[in-house]
Amino acid sequence: MTSEELQEITATEKEARARHPHHICVCTAAGCLSAGSGEVKKALDKEVLESGMKDECHVKGVGCMGLCSAGPLIVVDGAMYRDVKPDDATDIVRSLEDGKPVKRLACDTSAPFFTRQTRIVLENSGRIDPERIEDYIAEEGYAALLAVVTEKRPMEVLDQVIKSGLRGRGGAGYPTGLKWSTVAKASSSGQKYVICNADEGDPGAFMDRAVLESDPHRVLEGMAIAAYAVGASRGYIYVRAEYPLAVKHLRTAIRQAERLELLGNDIAGTHFSFKVEVRLGAGAFVCGEETALIASVEGKRGTPRPRPPYPAQEGLWGHPTLINNVETFANIPPILRKGGEWFAKIGTAKSKGTKVFALAGRVNNTGLIEVPMGIPLREIIHEIGGGIPGGRNFKAVQTGGPSGGCIPADHLDLPVDYESLAKVGSIMGSGGMIVTDDSSCMVDVAKFFIEFCMSESCGKCVPCRVGTTHLYHLLERISSGEAEERDLATLEELCDVVRNTSLCGLGQSAPNPILSTLHYFRDEYQAHVSEKRCPAGVCHMADQEVKA
Amino acid sequence: MRRNGYQGHALIEALHSVQEAFGYLEPEGLRYVAQSLRVPLSQAYGAATFYHFFTMKPPGRRTCVVCTGTACYINGAPALLAAMEAKYGIKPGETTPDGELSLLTARCVGSCSIAPVAVFEKDVVGRLTAAEMVAKAERFVGHDV
Repeated sequence: MTSEELQEITATEKEARARHPHHICVCTAAGCLSAGSGEVKKALDKEVLESGMKDECHVKGVGCMGLCSAGPLIVVDGAMYRDVKPDDATDIVRSLEDGKPVKRLACDTSAPFFTRQTRIVLENSGRIDPERIEDYIAEEGYAALLAVVTEKRPMEVLDQVIKSGLRGRGGAGYPTGLKWSTVAKASSSGQKYVICNADEGDPGAFMDRAVLESDPHRVLEGMAIAAYAVGASRGYIYVRAEYPLAVKHLRTAIRQAERLELLGNDIAGTHFSFKVEVRLGAGAFVCGEETALIASVEGKRGTPRPRPPYPAQEGLWGHPTLINNVETFANIPPILRKGGEWFAKIGTAKSKGTKVFALAGRVNNTGLIEVPMGIPLREIIHEIGGGIPGGRNFKAVQTGGPSGGCIPADHLDLPVDYESLAKVGSIMGSGGMIVTDDSSCMVDVAKFFIEFCMSESCGKCVPCRVGTTHLYHLLERISSGEAEERDLATLEELCDVVRNTSLCGLGQSAPNPILSTLHYFRDEYQAHVSEKRCPAGVCHMADQEVKA
Repeated sequence: MRRNGYQGHALIEALHSVQEAFGYLEPEGLRYVAQSLRVPLSQAYGAATFYHFFTMKPPGRRTCVVCTGTACYINGAPALLAAMEAKYGIKPGETTPDGELSLLTARCVGSCSIAPVAVFEKDVVGRLTAAEMVAKAERFVGHDV
């Protein structure tokens, strides 16, 4: 494959698109699919065929369009329709003939949900067919990879990534350029590896799944560029088995890219080779931790090991290994295409670019959003999210999943970046953002997360294995009204021990949900302990009726 | 299944294949995998019990998975589980005595925007209430494969 051939594919593809005056894109990502978009697509296909418009109208399945709560979503010649049913197919196809859009289905794309977003990672999501490589190539796909391997030296690639200021999107925010340089510098007589962490274990987070389902080639391209920059020739994508559609799309994408010689041996006629394999996870949250993930790829139980040595020095089978998150890799092709400086202009001084969030919970518009770093939380929840349903009041927003914290209403003007979120006791995390209203009890939410960490603890180190269990029992006592005053002090003390003495990130961050709720909603804990009541009416007290 | 050249690191892939074919990991299958890949049986057993995705109990004729991710939890997943327990007398991880229905929970199926969600076999159903959940399960069990 040369860049001339790539342009040829682009030209053919654009020509093919222009042949059809009408285009219908049906979202077939998991969110809309479970709302019934598969049936909608079938109905549309049938209707187009029956009305004899096969040559004029092209129906294609595309990735996530974002506003999952209004699914199934479709786009007809640029106009978005929401809550589409198979029965609507007749009206939709008829509207193509008379040129009048179907008003009752129209979805207002001038709403803040759409206008306040900046799409880099999701630029193709909802626009291209994820199962066709030609569709990706027509959107400048693989152009960056070809340019890199034929024209740039690895150092120049590193330079662009460092300039971009991109930080790891998996949660911790480690500078990507620095990580890449470490792996590139690591002396290795033999092999180096690139691993893509797609083990999205945070409950309530589905960013990586959406990216893999909607635009898998982007991740492969990012990985190949990374491999070139650090000198690796093999890669693994560690993806959850719970995401069958993402796995299917990835496998298809790898096959297609290999056939076009964009992956595999001697890419673009150079001496650079890169082979990618999919590895299935098997449902263990701790495997999101890089050393545990490596153990799991090696076929062992996913338990972490102490660092250093870091995977950048000694990773998979003892070789230097670069591990990045799906979203991090997805940012790479546009950075190389448009330059590191372009990327560094977006976002804040220390957090560059955009972040994809999975907005869910008690908020009107739920779905997938991509916003520039530094946007205030209030804007995300009340404008993009459209506020809280049912006239209830906002209580807190939970970011970072079981490792993050709850942020109360007072801090809603906080800009979303790595440092600001850490300052209020939460973390950026991988991008789960769950909104709670006054019907949720914060003690119960904390209990939910610690129960999660308790059962997901791998059991290797004592503070995490035993500590999380005790934390859970303490919270259980509090939520059932059996706790005494001193239990709150024990709770805090124990949180401190678990946080400071655990081996890996899971244990170190497990107390975060408790500490942050204890900090901002201490009165709720106090009500459970001294008044034996649950202000939100969620917890069932042992010795008295629940007071709402 | 032997695509990975009988190497030890293919253990988890192999276990996935066995579970996909048989619905669960039976001791015999586990022994066979361990032997073929030349890994200690203890390591195979360790991996099989460590990962939540693997189960060593035979599933019921039909399985229903209730998502207990954060969004589903906040939007009422516990009520769905309670309703199922009241109707069938089974807790998450259990199968009805007649072997008809297994109830499982998942950490998150990633369909948070339509929470609370349950998965009936491969069918993801969202925005459930407790009553709908039970009605759905009844139809689901009555339905022939």
